[in-house]
Amino acid sequence: MNVILFMISCILTNNFIFNKFLGCCPFLGVSSKVETATSMGIAVTFVMTIASLFAWMVNTWVLVPLQLEYMQTIAFILIIAGLVQFVEMFLKKSMPALYSALGIYLPLITTNCAVLGVATLNVKEGYNLLFSVLNGTFSALGFLLAIVLMAGVRERLESSKIPECMKGFPISLVTAGLMAIAFMGFNGLV
Amino acid sequence: MSEKKMNLGKVFMNGVITENPTFRLVLGTCPTLAVTTSAINGLGMGAAATFVLLGSNIVISALRKVIPDKVRIPSFIVVICMFVTIIQLVMQAYLPSLYESLGIFLPLIVVNCIILGRAEAFASKNPVVASAVDGIGMGLGFTLALTLIGCIRELAGNGSVFGINLLGTSFQPMLLMILPAGGFLVFGLLLGIINSLTNRKKGGAK
Repeated sequence: MNVILFMISCILTNNFIFNKFLGCCPFLGVSSKVETATSMGIAVTFVMTIASLFAWMVNTWVLVPLQLEYMQTIAFILIIAGLVQFVEMFLKKSMPALYSALGIYLPLITTNCAVLGVATLNVKEGYNLLFSVLNGTFSALGFLLAIVLMAGVRERLESSKIPECMKGFPISLVTAGLMAIAFMGFNGLV
Repeated sequence: MSEKKMNLGKVFMNGVITENPTFRLVLGTCPTLAVTTSAINGLGMGAAATFVLLGSNIVISALRKVIPDKVRIPSFIVVICMFVTIIQLVMQAYLPSLYESLGIFLPLIVVNCIILGRAEAFASKNPVVASAVDGIGMGLGFTLALTLIGCIRELAGNGSVFGINLLGTSFQPMLLMILPAGGFLVFGLLLGIINSLTNRKKGGAK
């Protein structure tokens, strides 16, 4: 039961974008079309799940026993950069269709703060292996949900009349603000 | 760039105003939105980012001829990471309350697009002094933007600026402003206002 509640809270109440502000750059940058937004979201989900698994293992079995906790940030970012590279090579070989769909979004994930954020948060909250991986997967699904919703809204915005000065980022940010208010409605859920 | 002497003042102002990382380039949005619940947090985040920018720009610029082109991004990240770890440890030791309130966004400076962006766009192509000036300018521009957003949100959401109550006890705080939604709204509207101001300026010049 706890696990299910945790999953729901990761997606809705503690949504990465609307509650924790992690991954805002791709959220604003790659959300102009539903299709690309979906690809980005799936790529992020993929990397975040594996990254939280590896980050947890390295932290618990290497950094903590050696008392090298202050190296966390460096270790995590190297893990993530390596993982992204590896995932890219793996997909290129075994799933070329998915690889071409994700395209340029894969390398961009290295500098997505949601990935480093989830690894750091897992350590900070002291989650065990299961919860770390769940946190990675379901927070990323929350990100996927947010970015796809946002892309849907922005596709509509394309054809509507907006004052010149609000075009582009400003209107997207205001939209995101309104969506965040809507997501606040989930607060009492878990 | 090597032939004509670079105008350092121009490089500096470029970071603060012309290419303000937050308002003009819209980079580094995550910390901009997340830590600006109060003016002091915005200032602290800005100062930390400025230190990292200055340090990483100097080191990367000094090493620009040594780092092979193919592995430059990982190398930049490691350099940036080093400075982030330094500022993290310093803050934890001397400013524990600020360290607590910035939370995970302090280590996340590593993946702040502004810093990697400047390393790639400026420091890897320019001499050390110019890169240092660029780092300070960009950092200052970021700090000013964060502090401004922090002031607005703190004033509206709490009735105070830098912890000093300005609006008196009769003021009903708008709690929404210091919640995540308020961050998006304030930043979006500010961007809109700044866009309209610059558009008007451009129109006048024509």
